[in-house]
Amino acid sequence: MPLRFPVTENDHIRGNAAAAIEVVEYGDYQCPHCGRAHPMVKELQQCLGDKIKFVFRNFPLKKIHPQAREAAIATEAAALQGKYWEMHDLVFEHQRRLHNSALMEYAAQLDLDLAQFSQDIADPKLDELVEDHFIGGMRSGVNATPTFFINGEKFEQSWEDKGLLAFIKEKYGDVL
Amino acid sequence: MLTNGTTAPEFSLLSTPTQAVSLSEFRGKKVILAFYPADWSPVCGDQMALYNEMLQYFRKQNAELIGISVDGIWCHLSFSKDRNLHFPLLADFEPKGAVAKRYDVYDERTGECKRALYIIDEEGIIKWCYLSPIGINPGADGILDALDEMAAAKK
Repeated sequence: MPLRFPVTENDHIRGNAAAAIEVVEYGDYQCPHCGRAHPMVKELQQCLGDKIKFVFRNFPLKKIHPQAREAAIATEAAALQGKYWEMHDLVFEHQRRLHNSALMEYAAQLDLDLAQFSQDIADPKLDELVEDHFIGGMRSGVNATPTFFINGEKFEQSWEDKGLLAFIKEKYGDVL
Repeated sequence: MLTNGTTAPEFSLLSTPTQAVSLSEFRGKKVILAFYPADWSPVCGDQMALYNEMLQYFRKQNAELIGISVDGIWCHLSFSKDRNLHFPLLADFEPKGAVAKRYDVYDERTGECKRALYIIDEEGIIKWCYLSPIGINPGADGILDALDEMAAAKK
């Protein structure tokens, strides 16, 4: 199952943008499985260093995770002030506190311009951006969160217990 | 699976203890029939919850979604409430799997419906179907692609 919409420079990329191994995650900030995957993903990046480029795209399941959309928008607003990954990490580390005032706290913690942040989280463009990620995920066959795509192909095995790392080492060992 | 071009078998199943839903009620709209094994699978993005997030995109194409499993009506009500579902879940409960059998998607071994999708057009004709391999939750991409093709074919 291929990734319908390839990664572009408009995506949030962590690591080496020119790396041979690309991992895309479609995730929901309020999803406990994504929460559990988060440290695993960080470990993956620590292990593989500049051999990997990691991309996160939003896939909020709004009807069962009512704060997921707001959390996603907050990370996109932080991105406008150059602090996307910091906010991304903070949000995943505080999944139990994703209400509006908590998100404002995280923004303050990151020294964001709060007036600008407040304005941005209300901007329909960010809502559209999150929705566009969702649609892209839908069209690419994302059927649960988290869903990973490795070099454009949907990862169908289990990501648990370092499943992603094991798969990458086996398939792309020669590149590592 | 039934072949494209055949008339979708009519059915009438309970969606609540007192209300039945018939396929013929949906004439004039496309219908996405999602057969699935059981309510209450232990993941956030289970198939029904996932499709629930996508209803607006189905509706943009004049398509309504119906979920069918052999679970009883009270199980469906509970599951639907828990997942905040906004589409009907039908109980193919008595006789067990009768509708699933008519659509050739009943798994005799497990006594549950297979994971299968049918898209029925506005005139009640099956236009697309998909049987998911065991254990795989099909996303919505096949449905959306098929709806796009149906829309293009009309032009």
